[in-house]
Amino acid sequence: MAKTPVRFTLNGSETALFVDGGANLLDTLRRGVGDLSPKYGCGQGTCGTCTVLIDGEPHLSCLTLAETVEGRSIETTGGLSNGADLHPLQRVFMENFGAQCGYCTPGMLMAAKALLAKNPNPSREEVVEAISGNICRCTGYEPIIDAILATAGQMRGRVA
Amino acid sequence: MALHKGRGFACINYPIGMNLGGDPSQALVHSTPDGKFMVSLSAIDLGQGMKSVTRQIAAETLGVPVADVYVDTADSDTGPHDMGSFASRGTHRVGNAVIRAAAEARAAMMEAAADELEVNPADLDTDGEGNIHVKGAPGRSITVADTAIAAQFKQGKTLSGRGIFLIPTSDVDADTGEMTPVSCFAHAAVVVDLEVDDETGEVTVSQVNSAYEVGRALNPKMVEQQLIGGAWMGISHALYETTEPYYPDRSHGPDDYNSYLMPGAGDVVPHNIAVLERPAEDAPFGGKGPGEMCANPLLPAVANAIYNAVGVRCDMLPITPEKVLRGIQANGGAQPKGTF
Repeated sequence: MAKTPVRFTLNGSETALFVDGGANLLDTLRRGVGDLSPKYGCGQGTCGTCTVLIDGEPHLSCLTLAETVEGRSIETTGGLSNGADLHPLQRVFMENFGAQCGYCTPGMLMAAKALLAKNPNPSREEVVEAISGNICRCTGYEPIIDAILATAGQMRGRVA
Repeated sequence: MALHKGRGFACINYPIGMNLGGDPSQALVHSTPDGKFMVSLSAIDLGQGMKSVTRQIAAETLGVPVADVYVDTADSDTGPHDMGSFASRGTHRVGNAVIRAAAEARAAMMEAAADELEVNPADLDTDGEGNIHVKGAPGRSITVADTAIAAQFKQGKTLSGRGIFLIPTSDVDADTGEMTPVSCFAHAAVVVDLEVDDETGEVTVSQVNSAYEVGRALNPKMVEQQLIGGAWMGISHALYETTEPYYPDRSHGPDDYNSYLMPGAGDVVPHNIAVLERPAEDAPFGGKGPGEMCANPLLPAVANAIYNAVGVRCDMLPITPEKVLRGIQANGGAQPKGTF
């Protein structure tokens, strides 16, 4: 099968590879690039754990054709921390016990990051709306919502 | 049409583990040459906190900092035997096994330290910060790390321990049918408030209030997390989730998340929890288990609340709008049972 060259930045790094026609972004990131941080859940866009940011917007990478990200900027959970320094979202998720099995966490973190970038002062309803495409089996969502609200408060505090 | 408020109550005595074949769990504990301790288990952490709780239990029993204890789980090819993570048995069964293994390893550690300090092991104590000292003479001490190094390179001993927890098998009394299947129970009582739409049959939960008795909450934040998440799983089973909506007919079953209903973040309602602690005698540091029983009482409480709201008694789960509506129609209309 003919391969297509695709170039994009992944968490700030120039990335280029050949993909099969029809290859999705999730497979491309996990198998092609080796970034295992976005997870495969349902493979049909209903669970949200594969959520990545494309030019800052949350997208379901399992439903995104890899060829369509040519020249664009991709962010995954793998790029959130700076070495041992966790991103505020990661730290506050931990402090709020925002994960149990952890499988939904990468998607939750990316959905939350996109929200806070656009809206640093979200209401509880806005947080719920932002993660409404992400399913969590373990936590009952409460600690995740609390963690995103707490992160927003802390990040505002730092800027001010 | 009208919205009818309903309140339902349910309580539960939940058996911790199940005594089929003694329900055994094994644990092995050994020190590394730098004085850290490794706990080997085949118990599985699915996110419920098995690793954290067994780590706390091992550190407490060994008398060393939590940071110096590592827990390795869930490879049944290489680990000691375990029955698994089910029936809320983890904290109780595995915790008890870890206490026994850690106590044996602690005895070996104290003997090795006693050799180095030339005292009787019975005269030694740990400070929980990585030191072993002579009781009443904190100046006369050796670090756990130096003790492990001496055991490994000088004394030729391992600082290790084995533990198993096994419940004596309880036979069934032929005359009465009586047996003792479990060693202890956890308890819970929940009150669910909800609204039923008598035109659509839709049920909307508005609040949950609960009290859970878990022995001792060995890790209070994780207990709370388990209770909140588990209660939602219970509500979800009561109202939404099924693989056979017309059981035993297999038709119309879901085959993906589009058709398998689960609660989303927008469905969450306030849940006020009181955690009651009555340490159980045979439980590790008194902790029983808040596993499965955090979900179970929600199902009857929701069913009771729906009966209270519109007088419809559903005995098949999940209680879908269709079942509620059929019940209302069969009764000739909603029959609220009054407030309480």
